[in-house]
Amino acid sequence: MKNNSLYLISPLEGHKVIMKKLSIASRIIIAVTSLAIIATYFLPAWRIDLFAPQYPEGLVMKIWLKNLTGDVDIINGLNHYIGMKKISIAMFYEFSFLIYLVAAFIAYGLLIAVTGSRRILFSYLIVSTVGGILAMLDFYRWGYDYGHNLNPDAPIKVLGMAYQPPLIGHKKLLNFDAYSMPDVGGYIIISTVFIAAVIWFIEYKKK
Amino acid sequence: MKKKNGNYLLLATAIIVGIVFINSCKPKNVSSATSGDAAEKAYVAPGKYDEFYNFVSGGFSGQMSVYGLPSGRLFRVIPVFSVDPEKGYGFNEETKPMLNTSHGFVPWDDLHHLAMSETDGIQDGRWVFANGNNTPRIARIDLKTFHTAEIIEIPNSGGNHSSPFITENSEYVVAGTRFSIPMDNMNGDVPINTYKQNFHGTVSFISVDKTSGEMKIAFQILLPGVNFDLARAGKGKSHGWMFFSCYNSERANTLLEVNASQKDKDFIMAVNWKKAEEYWKAGKGEKRNVTYAHNVYNENTHAATSSMEKEIIMLDPKDCPDMVYLMPCPKSPHGCDTDPSGEYIVGSGKLAAIIPVFSFTKIQKAIADKNYDGMYEGIPVLKYDAVLHGEVKKPGLGPLHTEFDDKGNAYTSFFVSSEVVKWRLSDLQVLDRVPTYYSVGHLCVPGGPTRKPWGKYLIAYNKITKDRYLPTGPELCQSAQLFDISGEKMKLILDFPTIGEPHYAEAIPAELISKNSTKFYKIEDNTNPYATKGEKNAKVERKGNEVHVYMTAIRSHFVPDNIEGVKLGDVVYFHVTNQEQDWDVPHGFAVKGANNAELLIMPGETQTLQWKPDRTGVFPIYCTDFCSALHQEMQGYIRVSAAGSNVPITYSTGTNQPKATQ
Repeated sequence: MKNNSLYLISPLEGHKVIMKKLSIASRIIIAVTSLAIIATYFLPAWRIDLFAPQYPEGLVMKIWLKNLTGDVDIINGLNHYIGMKKISIAMFYEFSFLIYLVAAFIAYGLLIAVTGSRRILFSYLIVSTVGGILAMLDFYRWGYDYGHNLNPDAPIKVLGMAYQPPLIGHKKLLNFDAYSMPDVGGYIIISTVFIAAVIWFIEYKKK
Repeated sequence: MKKKNGNYLLLATAIIVGIVFINSCKPKNVSSATSGDAAEKAYVAPGKYDEFYNFVSGGFSGQMSVYGLPSGRLFRVIPVFSVDPEKGYGFNEETKPMLNTSHGFVPWDDLHHLAMSETDGIQDGRWVFANGNNTPRIARIDLKTFHTAEIIEIPNSGGNHSSPFITENSEYVVAGTRFSIPMDNMNGDVPINTYKQNFHGTVSFISVDKTSGEMKIAFQILLPGVNFDLARAGKGKSHGWMFFSCYNSERANTLLEVNASQKDKDFIMAVNWKKAEEYWKAGKGEKRNVTYAHNVYNENTHAATSSMEKEIIMLDPKDCPDMVYLMPCPKSPHGCDTDPSGEYIVGSGKLAAIIPVFSFTKIQKAIADKNYDGMYEGIPVLKYDAVLHGEVKKPGLGPLHTEFDDKGNAYTSFFVSSEVVKWRLSDLQVLDRVPTYYSVGHLCVPGGPTRKPWGKYLIAYNKITKDRYLPTGPELCQSAQLFDISGEKMKLILDFPTIGEPHYAEAIPAELISKNSTKFYKIEDNTNPYATKGEKNAKVERKGNEVHVYMTAIRSHFVPDNIEGVKLGDVVYFHVTNQEQDWDVPHGFAVKGANNAELLIMPGETQTLQWKPDRTGVFPIYCTDFCSALHQEMQGYIRVSAAGSNVPITYSTGTNQPKATQ
């Protein structure tokens, strides 16, 4: 690895660098998938679905990079009974910088494509994984606060009951079945990172 | 002794045999009339939808009911011409103008017929029109909301029976008067026995705006003093014509059951409305001063307005040749039904033993040839034989109404012989007959009055039920009976009771309506001047002796819910806005001692209840529609002080305002 990195920064030994650089195909794929992330500005990234006997058609909250859509008002109306806070855009400080973070992420991917650097690709994977974990931790932190920090004057109090939504997957919350999962935008980001990981693995095996 | 005993034995045997014999002569139990798989055919499993909506007139209830077919389940009663305290219709300030007429507020009517809007002769599921018989009115119901959207009064009319019948692109809805009367613009204070000089009939053509549906009386036609009964628009080849049945060509004004049954034939009147429209546009009509109400409900203000119209255009056939013709029709015709092709017009003489079927092609020829059988009050009468396609022989007793299926068959109801008879249009052969329980009036086949009948079912609306249901005292329900007509033979598959008296009904494939159904009103579109959007805007204002409460309702509280400062002699208006923006979350509102009704407020809607407190004290208010788990907590108080009191207006929710004193 150390040697490789040396070659990378040595333009004089370009013939050796070509061997160690990512293939053109890999670079194109990374460029295309990175650019695909632009779609997340126009598509929701995450969704929480709620189903109950009275809501067979379901209620949905969609989380975008800087917005919330879906049945937020209806969910708020229902949740006030158990003393949950009103969900609003202002509640998520993340909305103030997520669009820049994603822009940086796209640039990061394009940098790999331009340089063809295996090293930058590797760091990209590390950063993505750590970033993903941090994002989920942040989402968990919000969910914990939202589900536990209840108004003591709430009309309905169920002893020992908290209403933290599931981080990912399904959870039963009183009469509701809650599902938390990525939406289209989220899947695009996940796919991009996954494809990058596969490329790294293939390139790594090439030696 | 022995012989005597033997005689007794013989006598006893004879009596027993006699009783058995007499009993065996009784008609078989009617329950055997249903077929074995009837339950399966009428069964709609829980949670499943019906195939058709069935809109049924409510007769003297003044309302329209909505059933599902084939289940016969009642979904809704739409208030149209009668007040409905359950929905606040005619009681809240917003809907009171809907029932305004030139006679003032008329809270009841008799709804007989309905007509669904059509495009190219096919039901389009946008509106359904209905007639008010007693104080002549036509209503339009919006099928997105199932609300009465508009009511227009008909001048120069008495007993608005021959209506509403609709043309194939909903260009016009017609309204014919049953009673001939002195016209509105003359002094009507005349001796009744001057009927023949002073009484006239009219038919009105009400135009329907293509996009908004708004109605306008385009023109009326002045006609001799007969009774107009029913009508049907031509379709396809006969589009542009309207056919009206009329009885009492004797022009009797008393004991009509005898005096109006003298002539062998009365008439079916054929109106070339395209021609009439030309005359109207050419200014051939005479302006007449009349007064009639036009009431329109606005879905944004959630309120109706009533205005008085002052003028009508009257066309007189004397000045408008080739516009109106009469066709002789046996014995006081009632039903007057055009088949899906528009070629055949079926007349049903209530007292006739045949059903005459007229041919549109022959009518056109007779008109072209001037093949007249004289004139009636200046209107040409076409020769019966010249316009007749043929007669259905020995169909039954007392034919009333005919509907059509998608296979060239007609179904005629018989009141006297209490049956439905199926016959073929092409050769007029009777194919099948089934009994009804009892005395059927109108019939309905889904799409039956249009160019495109959907077929499959036939519903008979009966006038008498007697022993068909558990008794409920002297007043019994009326009923509908559902027949499967998909096969050669009609099969009874279901009985279900109806509201009021069912007259005409229409059925339409469910998806033509369900896909457009409004779920709730967007609160941002609410332009009611008394709307309160958001709890922070709730308030109470005094204007002289009026107190206006701008109140919000959301699960599960009102804002404000404690109100003080009202004084005896004040008129309080509760303007309640439902803040919910979700499907199926209405809130109700009621206050103790109110002399009107409740409010039932849909999400995003504003309704107003007027309340005149009659005593001092504290009066409870509460939500009447179970809205949530804490519905029972959705309540409050309003305090009424003495007339001269100096209690100021205060209001609050959640905290005491004014502050509680120890």
